[in-house]
Amino acid sequence: MSDALLKVENLTRYFDVSKPWLNRMLEREDKQFLTAVADVNFEIKRGETFALVGESGSGKSTIAKMVVGLLGASDGTIEFDGHKMTGTAGAEMRDLRRRFQMIFQDPFASLNPRWRVGDIIAEPIHTFGLLKGAEVSNRVGELLDTVGLSAKDAEKFPHEFSGGQRQRIAIARALSSKPEFIVCDEPTSALDVSVQAQILNLMKDLQDEMGLTYLFISHDLSVVRHMANRIGVLYLGRLVEVADGKRLFSEPQHPYTRMLLDAVPDLALSGRRRKPVEGEIPNPISPPPGCAFHPRCPLVMPRCKVEAPVQVPTPTGRAACFALEKQPA
Amino acid sequence: MTDALLSVRNLRVEFPTRRGVLTAIDDVSFDIMPGEVLGVVGESGAGKSLTGAAIIGLLEPPGRIAGGEIMLKGQRIDNLGAEAMRRIRGKRIGMVFQDPLTSLNPLYTVAQQLIETIRTHADISEAEARKRAVALLDRVGIPAAARRIDDYPHHFSGGMRQRVVIALALCAEPELVIADEPTTALDVSVQSQIIDLIKEICAERGAAVMLITHDMGVIAETADRVAVLYSGRVAEIGPVTQVITAPEHPYTVGLMGSIPTLTQDHARLVAIPGAMPRLNAIPQGCAFNPRCERAFDRCFAARPEPLPRGDRRQVACWLYDAVAPAAEEKANV
Ligand SMILES: Nc1ncnc2c1ncn2[C@@H]1O[C@H](COP(=O)(O)OP(=O)(O)O)[C@@H](O)[C@H]1O
Ligand SMILES: Nc1ncnc2c1ncn2[C@@H]1O[C@H](COP(=O)(O)OP(=O)(O)O)[C@@H](O)[C@H]1O
Ligand code: SF4
Ligand code: SF4
Ligand SMILES: [Mg+2]
Ligand SMILES: [Mg+2]
Repeated sequence: MSDALLKVENLTRYFDVSKPWLNRMLEREDKQFLTAVADVNFEIKRGETFALVGESGSGKSTIAKMVVGLLGASDGTIEFDGHKMTGTAGAEMRDLRRRFQMIFQDPFASLNPRWRVGDIIAEPIHTFGLLKGAEVSNRVGELLDTVGLSAKDAEKFPHEFSGGQRQRIAIARALSSKPEFIVCDEPTSALDVSVQAQILNLMKDLQDEMGLTYLFISHDLSVVRHMANRIGVLYLGRLVEVADGKRLFSEPQHPYTRMLLDAVPDLALSGRRRKPVEGEIPNPISPPPGCAFHPRCPLVMPRCKVEAPVQVPTPTGRAACFALEKQPA
Repeated sequence: MTDALLSVRNLRVEFPTRRGVLTAIDDVSFDIMPGEVLGVVGESGAGKSLTGAAIIGLLEPPGRIAGGEIMLKGQRIDNLGAEAMRRIRGKRIGMVFQDPLTSLNPLYTVAQQLIETIRTHADISEAEARKRAVALLDRVGIPAAARRIDDYPHHFSGGMRQRVVIALALCAEPELVIADEPTTALDVSVQSQIIDLIKEICAERGAAVMLITHDMGVIAETADRVAVLYSGRVAEIGPVTQVITAPEHPYTVGLMGSIPTLTQDHARLVAIPGAMPRLNAIPQGCAFNPRCERAFDRCFAARPEPLPRGDRRQVACWLYDAVAPAAEEKANV
């Protein structure tokens, strides 16, 4: 498909979580690996917001870091606008790197406290040699204005700003290289709801104005619903379901998605008696065999304990579950 | 009408600093009825935790109660000595915090901690206390409680640890449980289990709950009444359905509009401009005035008192004062 800006295939990441060599020898233990991301596939079309949602530890940040090249993949490919990210180097890679940026959850940690805001925002401009001299400060002023701050704020330091304002600075920085694609990893999770609303509105406005494409990551289902055109649900590093935005909520297909929706307290005051959610997330170092969700699944079948389900089409997208295979298409 | 179980009157909490005294809780009043679940909601820094800490006598110095009264069944508890307060904390008021490890001692098994707490408050044998402890662990949903009771806290997952803390909070049969963000550190799928558990087990035992959270969804599903805190003051308090479906204080109105939901579509969210002020920069008059679309001259001059709005509801906003409408019209011309 040509309109896919980002294409992720069989993306997998292991972490070596073994004890130090000597301990392993003494305790006669093997090396231990944690599968943070297992065989994940998705595409993001130009101009859309694709969201990844999942509980903590489900692999969201690991995917984000691999997509922007902060972390290598153990397996699989990432293609940006038709260019394979692995194997591309030199000037071509540099040009690609300019075209995508990332916004992190913690606006306190992601901004260098010793730099002035203007220098923080200008950094990508310098890195990619986009502008020179007075043009740089003009551009920084414009960017500050775009994100709802003032050009004068360029002289200040990050600690002089509230959490929401710092996230605006992080957004201005991300925009300064004129990217087409922004990976947003829990951009509002550290903020209060009234400030979160400001940032979500800003992100939507910027997308409309600049035609940005977002990979939007959050553990918050209602935020994801508000922002995304399409949504992928992660469980223990596996993509269990991908569906059109709102339909994920009206017609959840995968048993885990349904459980998650039942678990979220909502403002609707519908008085709906939630189905009690069973169990907790297993240890990712030794995930359950077969379908990783099987110990908690109300629809579990003998097959689920030995065989891993593959993605099958659903009315709203696709999902990996044996119970869905039986349904007439 | 029954008498309040807990009555907080004009509570004021201050922090003396080198640059002067900061007022973190400013004239906060509310009641909790026996068996009632009162939600306390607000953005971070609104004063939720300090309010809870003041009630249970766990304010960390230099923080101090600088005014007001706290009464438990009509008896003042804000002026009790450390020892008397410690007894109330274990016996009559149970506590559940965000991080279960603040309530559990890592060096003792769960059995040791539960049995000790039970025996401090009830004159029973160790064997009897152990039996009660196992039954309680079983009730809070610890599988194989009779065996797991001899494990140390770090042997439990985060969700299971919070269940142990709930058992510990309830083992002396308290009249009130104060739960401060009890699910914030847990996975979404475990949060609802813990909220349901707190609600059910307190209802079973007739304990009232003060549920502190920044999550309006949790309040909507759990609380009978809700107090909305802003800048150390109660902006609005009332029955939860009224406050959520028909908020009156402009801050509550903004707050409700800013929360995306699972069922309604909005192209844009209502965003309250700005942020809650820091303690050293709380404005004159109404603390919300720099962010309030409806602010008028009176809001900058005087601080609004909580005004009664029907049965058991109060809103601290000049818009609801009898003289306000006229003043507002004048301000708008
Ligand atoms: N550098 C690392 N070393 C070992 N394990 C890691 C590392 N980074 C992440 N993990 C593990 O990988 C899993 C996925 O983590 P992460 O991608 O951060 O999840 P999320 O962002 O969804 O909370 C978790 O089990 C986490 O503990
Ligand atoms: N030890 C302290 N010294 C100074 N200020 C404090 C201290 N503890 C809390 N505060 C301030 O008191 C206010 C209320 O805090 P808190 O009750 O913890 O808020 P919440 O629980 O609603 O997030 C905040 O502005 C906080 O910064
Ligand atoms: S594959 Fe089996 S265990 Fe997994 S979600 Fe589907 S029904 Fe449940
Ligand atoms: S008192 Fe005035 S400033 Fe405060 S909330 Fe009411 S209208 Fe707004
Ligand atoms: Mg993460
Ligand atoms: Mg708090």
